[in-house]
Amino acid sequence: MSMKITRRTFLKISGATAAGTVIGGLGFDLSPAVVYAQELRIKGAKETTTICCYCSVGCGIIVHTDAKGKVINTEGDPDHPTSEGSLCAKGITLYELVTNPKRITKVMYRAPYSTKWEVKSWDWTLTEIAKRIKKSRDAVFMEKNAKGQVVNRCDGLAGIGSCHINNEEGWLYQKFLRSLGIVSVEMEARL
Amino acid sequence: MSDCILIMGSNLAENHPIAMKWVIRAQEKGAKVIHVDPRFTRTSTKADIYAPMRAGTDIAFLAGMIKYILDNNLIQKDYVVNYTNAAFILGPKYDFSDGLFSGYNPDKRAYDKSSWTFEKDEKGIPKKDLTLQHERCVYQLLKKHYARYDLDTVSSITGTPKEDLIKVYEAIAATGKPDKVGTMLYAMGWTQHTVGTQNIRTASIVQLLLGNIGMAGGGVNALRGESNVQGITDHSILFHIIPAYNPTPRASDETLSKYNEKYTPKTADPLSANWWSNRPKYMVSYLKSLYGKNATKENDFGYGWHPKLDDGQNASWMFMFDEMLKGNLSGFICLGMNPACSSPNANKAREALSRLDWMVAIDLFETETTNFWKGPGMNPSKIKTEVFLLPTASSIEKEGSITDSGRMAQWRNKVIDPVGEAKSDGQIVHEIYMKVKALYEKEGGKSPDPILKLKWDYAVNGKVDFHLVAKEINGYDLTTGKLVVNFTKLMDDGTTSCGNWLYSGSYNEDGNMMARRDKTDPTGVNLFPKWAWSWPVNRRILYNRASVDLNGNPWDPKRAVIKWDGSKWVGDVPDGGWPPLATGNGKLPFIMKPDGVASVFGPGLAEGPFPEHYEPLECPIEKNPLSSQRINPTIALFKEYSHTTCDPRFPFVATTYRVAEHWQTGLMTRYTPTLIEAEPQMFVEISEELATLRGIKNGEWVRVSSPRGEVKAVAIVTKRLTPLTVAGQTIHQIGLPWCYGWLVPKDGGESANLLTPTIGDANTVIPEYKAFLANVQKIPTKKAKS
Repeated sequence: MSMKITRRTFLKISGATAAGTVIGGLGFDLSPAVVYAQELRIKGAKETTTICCYCSVGCGIIVHTDAKGKVINTEGDPDHPTSEGSLCAKGITLYELVTNPKRITKVMYRAPYSTKWEVKSWDWTLTEIAKRIKKSRDAVFMEKNAKGQVVNRCDGLAGIGSCHINNEEGWLYQKFLRSLGIVSVEMEARL
Repeated sequence: MSDCILIMGSNLAENHPIAMKWVIRAQEKGAKVIHVDPRFTRTSTKADIYAPMRAGTDIAFLAGMIKYILDNNLIQKDYVVNYTNAAFILGPKYDFSDGLFSGYNPDKRAYDKSSWTFEKDEKGIPKKDLTLQHERCVYQLLKKHYARYDLDTVSSITGTPKEDLIKVYEAIAATGKPDKVGTMLYAMGWTQHTVGTQNIRTASIVQLLLGNIGMAGGGVNALRGESNVQGITDHSILFHIIPAYNPTPRASDETLSKYNEKYTPKTADPLSANWWSNRPKYMVSYLKSLYGKNATKENDFGYGWHPKLDDGQNASWMFMFDEMLKGNLSGFICLGMNPACSSPNANKAREALSRLDWMVAIDLFETETTNFWKGPGMNPSKIKTEVFLLPTASSIEKEGSITDSGRMAQWRNKVIDPVGEAKSDGQIVHEIYMKVKALYEKEGGKSPDPILKLKWDYAVNGKVDFHLVAKEINGYDLTTGKLVVNFTKLMDDGTTSCGNWLYSGSYNEDGNMMARRDKTDPTGVNLFPKWAWSWPVNRRILYNRASVDLNGNPWDPKRAVIKWDGSKWVGDVPDGGWPPLATGNGKLPFIMKPDGVASVFGPGLAEGPFPEHYEPLECPIEKNPLSSQRINPTIALFKEYSHTTCDPRFPFVATTYRVAEHWQTGLMTRYTPTLIEAEPQMFVEISEELATLRGIKNGEWVRVSSPRGEVKAVAIVTKRLTPLTVAGQTIHQIGLPWCYGWLVPKDGGESANLLTPTIGDANTVIPEYKAFLANVQKIPTKKAKS
């Protein structure tokens, strides 16, 4: 969903304050240059709204992407009623997070007793994970407990995380874990 | 909206800066801002009143406030009498003496709560004395219980100077007038204690006495730490609950009807809505969302397939890692978490990971957890644990909703595809499930039904459509195939499905309510009812019928949340649409409570119906000044782990916290250049007096140690911490951030959780990160670095 407010109207709303500071600090008016420079960086960019990934104040962020779909800028969403365009130190660096060169972009595998990572394919990895899950589950799955009560539980497996995934993802994750019989399901709210 | 804002157990200005903006805005309109904290922080700099305290003594601090309010008769009486259980009369067997309530069993470290119950009349309705004079009414017992918390005693426990206590108590108690409102904001500074839940309870009692719950600008507000911790709690990735706060079934709940019988509360009072009486509808609809057509009346809607805990089994975090350490877990799925740094006693958690056969880790970056096998003290060639590390999408590379601290679910749009070969967490879960399912279909195995009978139909061309998941959560009328409008349409006969009744109404035939961006606000109290969507049923302030009197008129017309206009409620979505109580056809406002009123007397918690001060497990004084019970008598003790108390080797009270630039264990922010430059390394804050005592200069590297481990840190010698006088002795406090770890940056230092104890709250088992004992020593060599 694209924003209805344009970059230009945003600058009209909030740019004037920033420009005022510039005049105060340097003694001459840089505001046209600042506005021009800011416009160049995101000229023709597509605006998409999101909500910050850090704390749960739920601040609005606009993400700018260029014609090739590359993220070129992120900034506070002035239309958002909670944050009104403001962001904290973390929220304001969302661009550095999502475009971070240190992100993992391939599946990695560490074999038992190995000293290093190996790059693997998704298909190999998912197949191997499914085998591990099945082996572990089949080894310890308990249909009935010592009292003979039906429990359909798997105490030898655990799954944790995460409260920064989306609701829909969380719903799927807990549904999946519980379908395996896992009861050791926990996440950050416990900590 | 508020007249008085108490920030306690939180450093709002640094950890939730944009929320602080609204506090400042209230302050500019005349609100008094109070900060109570062991450390003078940026939040304190903005406060009208700052009061220091010893970490772990919040109950004593707030209990003194209860006494102050009662002694000076500052309660909002109409609210207290009509909307709380203050007038209810307790049975004669209820008692409290020397730190223990009636019914304690020291062997079980638990209570028989049968004496914590109300006397009932012939209809089964609790007896009341609306004059609050009966000697066994809750109000009188409350008064008796808190009579011990006089200013001298409270000051001696908390270390807070008496004059500061009085200033804080006066300011907050002034909001007991109907047209005054106070709010309380807390974070992990209240929860991460062996008495965490009771800290919140004490605050709730204060707010109820002052009539501040349900009001605009009122309440007891959790400042939650992660973007969707509210939503994921609602969806219950927690051992003790299944989605929407239904208890996880136990082995003795053998059938759905037994489950419903046990957990569905009953009331004889026609004035009580007792909303949880709808639980059977929510359970059947939940099971229909799990198993679809495979859930039938004949098979108890698949209830038997659902995993069940043994009675008394606790599978919470510390117990889980304890089992892992003992080698009782073979496999572990770790999605977007870093337990190697976030677990208490983190060295033990790291050791536990080495006892696994395999771990699947799903993350944006390598972490101290994914790489634990090559961490400090680890020899990879001796560690069997197989690790699969799966690259996940960032928050802008997928779509879906997250729920903020105010229960508002906001939809996030997908901006770009995941980078490289990364996939969204939801897509990864889907693909693993499909592989596991195929394996069971092909090979059979132990009890395949719970996997094979699962309804799992979200993929279009192999990709999860998150709108379909959101719709499953909202729920369907299965006879028409249409989305239900909200949870009032859910049934217990299998004709509706709903993944989470609280979210029913979030995505119905009118569309995706969570994606709305209309900023109109007819209420004038910043509710923005058409911006995104809040659970339940888009209600923005819970228990809002407590914000009006018996005739439906707001206690404070200047900030009306709802109002009865003679034929209907206007304003926020009311907590049930019944007319005002004075009409004779109304219902009491606290609809989730079986009695319809809020609990000044709360028999639900493990430690007792009235919060009582107990010392942290690791405390610097030998005796609890109030009773012979030094620590919470109902906590699980984890005796095989290292703990200490009143120990000259670890003489200082330590606490942990976050900083503005880092988030949780720092695993996203430590990779962010701007942020790691701003806060590059581990530090410890110590007072000038402690620095003199230990011969430490500002900026020097020091060693901080506890019975569990040690970390190196740069000493920040500061006036922000001052020694306190506690029980006649001088107590020093130190503070450490917990956002660092050995992996990145290379010389940034280690996690403060190497120091924290394995011990938790008696109800939630949240670890006591916020108060433990430690030592600080200078590192002799000048070149000492981590």
